Amino acid sequence: MKRILVGIKRVVDFNVRIRVKPDGSGVITDGVKMSINPFDEIALEEALRIKERGAAEEVIVATVGPAECQQQLRTALAMGADRALHVQADGVLEPLVVARALLKLIEREQPLLVILGKQAIDDDNGQTGQVLAALWNRPQATYASKIELSADTARVTREVDVGLETLEVDLPAVITTDLRLNEPRYVKLPDIMKAKKKPLDTLPLGTLGVEQRQQLKLVRFEPPPQRHKGIRVKDAAELVDALKKKGLL
Amino acid sequence: MTVKILIVAEHDGAKLNQSTARCVSCARAVSGAEIAVAVCAADAAAVAAQAAQLAGVNRVLAVENAANAHALAAVLAPQVAALAQDYSLVLGPSTTFGKDLMARVAGLLEAPQVSDIMAIESPTRFRRPIYAGNALLTVERSGEGKVVGTVRTASFEPAAAGGAAVIEKAALSVTLPTHTRFVSVSAARNDRPDLQTAARVISGGRALGSAEGFKILYSLAAKLGAAVGASRAAVDAGYAPNEMQVGQTGKIIAPELYVAIGISGAIQHLTGIKDARTIVAINKDGEAPIFEVADIGLVGDLFQIVPEIERLI
Ligand SMILES: Cc1cc2nc3c(=O)[nH]c(=O)nc-3n(C[C@H](O)[C@H](O)[C@H](O)COP(=O)(O)OP(=O)(O)OC[C@H]3O[C@@H](n4cnc5c(N)ncnc54)[C@H](O)[C@@H]3O)c2cc1C
Ligand SMILES: Nc1ncnc2c1ncn2[C@@H]1O[C@H](COP(=O)(O)O)[C@@H](O)[C@H]1O
Repeated sequence: MKRILVGIKRVVDFNVRIRVKPDGSGVITDGVKMSINPFDEIALEEALRIKERGAAEEVIVATVGPAECQQQLRTALAMGADRALHVQADGVLEPLVVARALLKLIEREQPLLVILGKQAIDDDNGQTGQVLAALWNRPQATYASKIELSADTARVTREVDVGLETLEVDLPAVITTDLRLNEPRYVKLPDIMKAKKKPLDTLPLGTLGVEQRQQLKLVRFEPPPQRHKGIRVKDAAELVDALKKKGLL
Repeated sequence: MTVKILIVAEHDGAKLNQSTARCVSCARAVSGAEIAVAVCAADAAAVAAQAAQLAGVNRVLAVENAANAHALAAVLAPQVAALAQDYSLVLGPSTTFGKDLMARVAGLLEAPQVSDIMAIESPTRFRRPIYAGNALLTVERSGEGKVVGTVRTASFEPAAAGGAAVIEKAALSVTLPTHTRFVSVSAARNDRPDLQTAARVISGGRALGSAEGFKILYSLAAKLGAAVGASRAAVDAGYAPNEMQVGQTGKIIAPELYVAIGISGAIQHLTGIKDARTIVAINKDGEAPIFEVADIGLVGDLFQIVPEIERLI
């Protein structure tokens, strides 16, 4: 069966104003709205569209994390994923550990394509897709803004610093999404009900044979330095004067 | 104690990207740093010579292979991983080139990666932004072993010229994959200053209303010798190409002067301009969050103000 595996990470919603805990041990997440990482929503949307075009038969969503992550998996099922895999793990999860866990799922499910987000908006690591592709010894096409699939290859347009780059990769491959790949659909109420009946399997990280190693110690969290509030000018002429005074014009 | 640091050069085959000189500055912040720059190319001579001139670089490793004609992470990563055996810290720039490549190198080495290094406190201790720059995190390598890192280029000045490093050819016996092939690249027009290195940047947001609307920015930018940037909303709407996006998921820049025009100042945008020396905001909404970070603010209609500024300078 032609499958697509999509990585889903539960993150603090992008609209939440982040505050660092006074003791520097982390950021405040209690009572804060949590969502699917926006890039992962885009990844799932793309997988669903590929399936709807008939180029894949099943879309599997997977997450590695604590029990609460099942909320985001249910949302992903409501969006249209066929089934969900929850790799249960608490505590700090580095990209290498997540990638190893995803690789175990790949070995079980043999997907044609793995789609992840280009970065998680909490840790801003931007690593997991590339690490996974390295461990799997398969191609990677990061920052995708367009994906064209043929039988054994994918042509991926990537958003890079100089503009747009197109790569051709053999399948299976790992693709990571950029913002303009698509616009994710909204979840409809009846789909939320239907999603409750879709399969969601839980597998403890340990049973996959993956050790939860932490190679980077989190020493201290700090708020960033604040920029001071500046002056207001009343028109273009004053603005030009102010810039001249600063030696900027 | 010497700390051996390998930097992966970013280049286009002819010219060394300035991001590499910024990585060198980051590496030089480590006391006892011994710095090598790897230039992977089909023909490395020109770029290696430029890298050798950066102050602080001890050696340049020229890795020549026809397969390196285009920078493909899957092809470069095994070569960088092979070179990395002798180094404790392996750095690349936090550009799309470096972010794509270095994490694959980290995967091959099964080493931890520190993304977007903004300060280096010791060979094993680094500070980096998380949550779109809303928090700074200090991390430390626990135990022995390598660290791979990407360097937030806006946090470091480019290393000066004046070095005279030795250039060595590195012969590697690694098999390179053929599963990933370069097809094409559509580069931006390069008659304007580069967004990532320009001293002045003028950015437009959704308020510009169309690609046509952006023309008033190009015109002002031409007069100022400035690069032009855009918010995500402007890029999504097709008013500006993707390589112009500034922010958490676009480019992180640190110009002397940043002028935000018709940009509300969403947190994801602000994270891209935090290190700008002077921020100017022009917005018709006096309550827009951009004014919280602006050194100079002007409330008004951009379609009147921008042409007027152009007339006045
Ligand atoms: C995961 C994620 C990543 C993101 N990454 C980025 C990123 O990298 N970069 C980025 O920019 N955004 C990013 N965003 C989007 C961000 O949240 C905002 O939606 C976006 O920055 C808004 O763009 P804008 O300011 O142009 O538009 P708006 O917020 O719509 O603001 C337009 C502004 O123009 C003003 N205006 C209107 N007409 C005029 C006029 N005639 N004269 C003067 N002012 C006028 C309005 O008062 C308003 O303040 C990201 C979002 C998410 C979820
Ligand atoms: N714990 C996780 N579970 C599932 N997918 C993840 C997890 N962490 C990261 N990913 C995937 O990897 C992408 C990049 O994450 P990161 O490397 O953390 O920035 C995310 O957009 C997800 O698609």
